Amino acid sequence: MALISFENVSKRYLSGQEALSNVSFTLREGEMAFLTGHSGAGKSTLLRMIMLMERPSQGQVVVGEQNLAQLGRRELPYHRRRIGVVFQNHHLLFDRTVFENIALPLQICGYEPEDAARRVRAALNKVGLLDKENQSPISLSSGEQQRVGIARAIVHKPRVLLADEPTGNLDPELSEEIMKLFQQFNRVGTTVLIASHDLSLIERMRHRTLVLRNGRLIADGRG
Amino acid sequence: MAVDEKNAPRRGAQQDRIDRRSRNRNWRRHHVLMARQSWSRLFATPLPTLITLAVLAIALALPGFLLTGLKNVQQLSEGWDHEPRISLYLSPAMDDAAADRFSRELLLRDDLAAVDLISRAQGLLEFRELSRFGNIVDLLDENPLPAVITVQPLDRSLVALPVLKAKLQALVEVDEAVLDLEWLQRLSAFVQLTQRAVLVLGLLLGLAVVLVVGNTIRLSIESRRDEIIVAKLVGGTDAWVRRPFLYTGAWYGLLGAALAWCLIQFSLLTLKEPVAELARLYLSDFEPMGLGLSGSLILLLTSLMLGWLGAWLAVGHHLRQIEPS
Repeated sequence: MALISFENVSKRYLSGQEALSNVSFTLREGEMAFLTGHSGAGKSTLLRMIMLMERPSQGQVVVGEQNLAQLGRRELPYHRRRIGVVFQNHHLLFDRTVFENIALPLQICGYEPEDAARRVRAALNKVGLLDKENQSPISLSSGEQQRVGIARAIVHKPRVLLADEPTGNLDPELSEEIMKLFQQFNRVGTTVLIASHDLSLIERMRHRTLVLRNGRLIADGRG
Repeated sequence: MAVDEKNAPRRGAQQDRIDRRSRNRNWRRHHVLMARQSWSRLFATPLPTLITLAVLAIALALPGFLLTGLKNVQQLSEGWDHEPRISLYLSPAMDDAAADRFSRELLLRDDLAAVDLISRAQGLLEFRELSRFGNIVDLLDENPLPAVITVQPLDRSLVALPVLKAKLQALVEVDEAVLDLEWLQRLSAFVQLTQRAVLVLGLLLGLAVVLVVGNTIRLSIESRRDEIIVAKLVGGTDAWVRRPFLYTGAWYGLLGAALAWCLIQFSLLTLKEPVAELARLYLSDFEPMGLGLSGSLILLLTSLMLGWLGAWLAVGHHLRQIEPS
């Protein structure tokens, strides 16, 4: 079953610049894929459309059974709760602990505190940071910070996990470790889409790879 | 990496359902949490908070104080309204006996409740006592004052009084009839005018409260930009993001009002003695009123609403602009 599908999606900015042109692909439920291309090729724009941080100028994006064009401002938060996102700059809040950072999506979704605490610890355990829950993210290494970001993205068990250059700031060894983590989540059923320009790493991972160039999808196949 | 078997999800693609009851409970919990957090956030930066509160308190105390003062004047003039009097200045040619006879005649009228004669000698005595011109009077050969009769009408309505005054004026014995009510009417017109002015002032200062709170909240939104972006990214609704700021605004309103209340009560306290002295001079047992329970409640609630409104306007305007990008 298709979980994410793009149908002839184009995005043109007011400046006339075309970020995406006529992109079509589907991602099946439980699939893991990489999205690659040089910077400015449209990788981020594509991810942002799935998050509804941007809307297409043409074509349509469907996530689950939901055509995103039909979602208004009010439904937008509920759509985002079904998706976990990992950012290159991880967007962690430094004025609260690792635990509180990861608990935020659960708090927003309305979990009971005890239930939330259990899930936060499970997520921390998965990324191997169980002993750091009371620390501030600022005291962690960048690899650890990225893992906190991942824990926050998966703590509410989203159907889709998106990552925008999750290894951008990390050395090769750490990068591989992070990618393995994504593979683990994929193995338990989460659909994963990762934007990255680290071609050698992508090749080693052997997953489906979508290649964008100047906003066009020019290749779609096994890495 | 070690995976805790018990806590591990069986299938990541299945999102958990949260039942309505626990969602409602969580909603209430979040309200309480935000109320508490925004309270302690206020005092995390005590000096700016205090300055803002002082501005709010002054803006609120001014109309509050003026309204209380007006309420007192109104109460005072209402007390007088109940006993309107007409003073009849008799013609100077009349001697005491004639004046006395005339006052007895007046007693027989059925439209007067009381008649009080102040003879020429009595009038001179009072004049000497109450004014500083007593020694000037000594220079005069004879008493220049006419006898005066003050009457209390039965019908105290504002329509009947001038009619009665005209009737009494028409009597030959009466040189001039003066309705004491005239200055009371002027006073009440003045009170009404002042009331209107205080209302306008109150509206303007209320607007100032909204703007001050709005601006404070705007700064607070700016300083918590990252937090808002992250909350929006992980699916926080507008209401969820707005909540802490609305509570902050409401706290500002409430605390500002509490401070204003203290200012008003303190100002009234400093006025208490001079007012009592003034009342004593007028032989009145007038007791100045404070804000009272209802006044205090109105002050607190109005200010709370204004603070909330200021926050709501600021948040509504700025939260739309802060979108993850």
